[in-house]
Amino acid sequence: MKLQQLSVFLENRPGHLAEPLALLSRKGINILSLSLADTADFGILRMIVRDWEQAAQALKADGWVVKLTEVVAVDVEDRPGGLAEVLQAAGKAELKIEYMYAFSLRRNNRAALIFRFEEPDRAIDALSAAGCHVIEAEALFAAVE
Amino acid sequence: MLSERWNDVEGGFHPASAPDYLPVERLREVQLRRLRAVVTRAYDNVALFRSRMQERGLTPADIRTLEDIGQLPFTVKVDLRDTYPFGLFASPMSEIVRLHASSGTTGKPIVVAYTREDLNVWAEVMTRTFASCGLHRGDIVQNAFGYGLFTGGLGAHYGAEALGATVIPVSGGNTERQLMVMKDFNVSAVCATPSYFIHVIERALDMGLDLRELPLHTGIFGAEPWSEEMRRRIQEGAGIRAYDIYGLSEIIGPGVGSECEHQDGLHIFEDHFYPEIIDPETGAVLPDGEEGELVLTTLSKQAMPIIRYRTRDITRIITETCACGRSLRRIRRVGRRSDDMFIIRGVNVFPSQVEAALLAVEGTLPHYQIILTRDHGLDQMAVEVEVTPEVFSDKVRALEDVRAELAKAIEQIIGIRVALRLVEPRTIARSEGKAKRVIDKRAI
Repeated sequence: MKLQQLSVFLENRPGHLAEPLALLSRKGINILSLSLADTADFGILRMIVRDWEQAAQALKADGWVVKLTEVVAVDVEDRPGGLAEVLQAAGKAELKIEYMYAFSLRRNNRAALIFRFEEPDRAIDALSAAGCHVIEAEALFAAVE
Repeated sequence: MLSERWNDVEGGFHPASAPDYLPVERLREVQLRRLRAVVTRAYDNVALFRSRMQERGLTPADIRTLEDIGQLPFTVKVDLRDTYPFGLFASPMSEIVRLHASSGTTGKPIVVAYTREDLNVWAEVMTRTFASCGLHRGDIVQNAFGYGLFTGGLGAHYGAEALGATVIPVSGGNTERQLMVMKDFNVSAVCATPSYFIHVIERALDMGLDLRELPLHTGIFGAEPWSEEMRRRIQEGAGIRAYDIYGLSEIIGPGVGSECEHQDGLHIFEDHFYPEIIDPETGAVLPDGEEGELVLTTLSKQAMPIIRYRTRDITRIITETCACGRSLRRIRRVGRRSDDMFIIRGVNVFPSQVEAALLAVEGTLPHYQIILTRDHGLDQMAVEVEVTPEVFSDKVRALEDVRAELAKAIEQIIGIRVALRLVEPRTIARSEGKAKRVIDKRAI
């Protein structure tokens, strides 16, 4: 039920984000979604890609510091309140969210919410029990194609 | 020089190490004889040395005992710059068969020269270095010291060849090729700067190669100061024994001293290089056991005899005899150089202190650089540290914690608040595989 997210360490310098992205583009790796966390000195680029093993290897071989993290994807209807309902369920179950980001899926007017929970397994159980639709990696990738 | 015979290949004691075990009285006798000859040679052929002797009213005949060396004038690095390029040569060019030069980060480089006989001595001391680190005929040595004007590459090369080992002259850089060679050629020993080899280990991990599974058993590291903590990481990360060697171009290059199997201080090849420890402030000779600046005199060099060279390296002579039984005296490994030291807000700081603080934090690597700036008259110290996969996290807070932990570790050791920046791997420049530790941008 969990999804592998790639994180890449970046220095906070102009034009710096382009380099790892250009590398993935040369390798023909498509990015489903990404989010960027940044501070004054450094940033963390987080990405969801289908071929995460290949992407991680290519980035490491090019000298980037890469980390794989398990995240949880929840599929919601793309309408006002879609996110709020999931957050309420997470709040009730006292799930700690490190960070999250979202993107629209191309089909059926739906959106995917990517959550980095402190305890991903407990989060999956709690959200599923609350009626949220936790989406599997394969289903997520299929939904964007 | 004694070499291994056909029936010696089992390993153990290497015949080339025999001169390391000379009885002390014989060693002192050889040293005095060679000292007198080298002082005479320098006096007769090097104008700068002769004039300094004359200023003190000294002639070579005044050297009657080894202790008399204390009367001789020092040679300092500036002397080599001032006499650039050939002013300290004691042989005609027709006798000189090799020149090397320092990389010269500031101003002119310094030039050093070798006669045929000097090259033979160099190969001998490097052979003794490798023998002391447990290498034998049959070992396959990957020499990742830079080849060229730098003395490291060729110095190690000829020594390993004279030992009878198989030498791969791969030189520095191109880490992927280094790893390919290491794996495909069944390399058993590697020569490199310690900071570069740490990088090789990391790169191997990235490529899914575990160096501990290769035949590699020995690493010979020099050309820059490194710590016991770095040794531990290299030994564990690569599954090898890591030895420290010592040398400097002004004296000969690598081959001035080496650790033995006990890894407890470096034996100086005293029959060719005479060591003294002096008080760096007063120049007074200190008794064995006291810490001070290492001063070296070349006892055999023909092309460029160097009398009482102030190395700027801070160490001490170990008074106890080594468990290996060598009569050669040992120095403590050089952790700091007096000219690496910088002063910030009145505090003396050595890069090795910063390194020790960084390595105390789990998962870090000694890839760092210190940047000194002056802002409205106040000195500022920033430390850039390369991020490793071990400390990297997808969480901003976790990375901020690492940053704060590193900054605090440094502050606790040197007592100064530093700005700590995490940087991408390989952003810190390395020249000849030597890491440049301090960039001083303060306008004086």
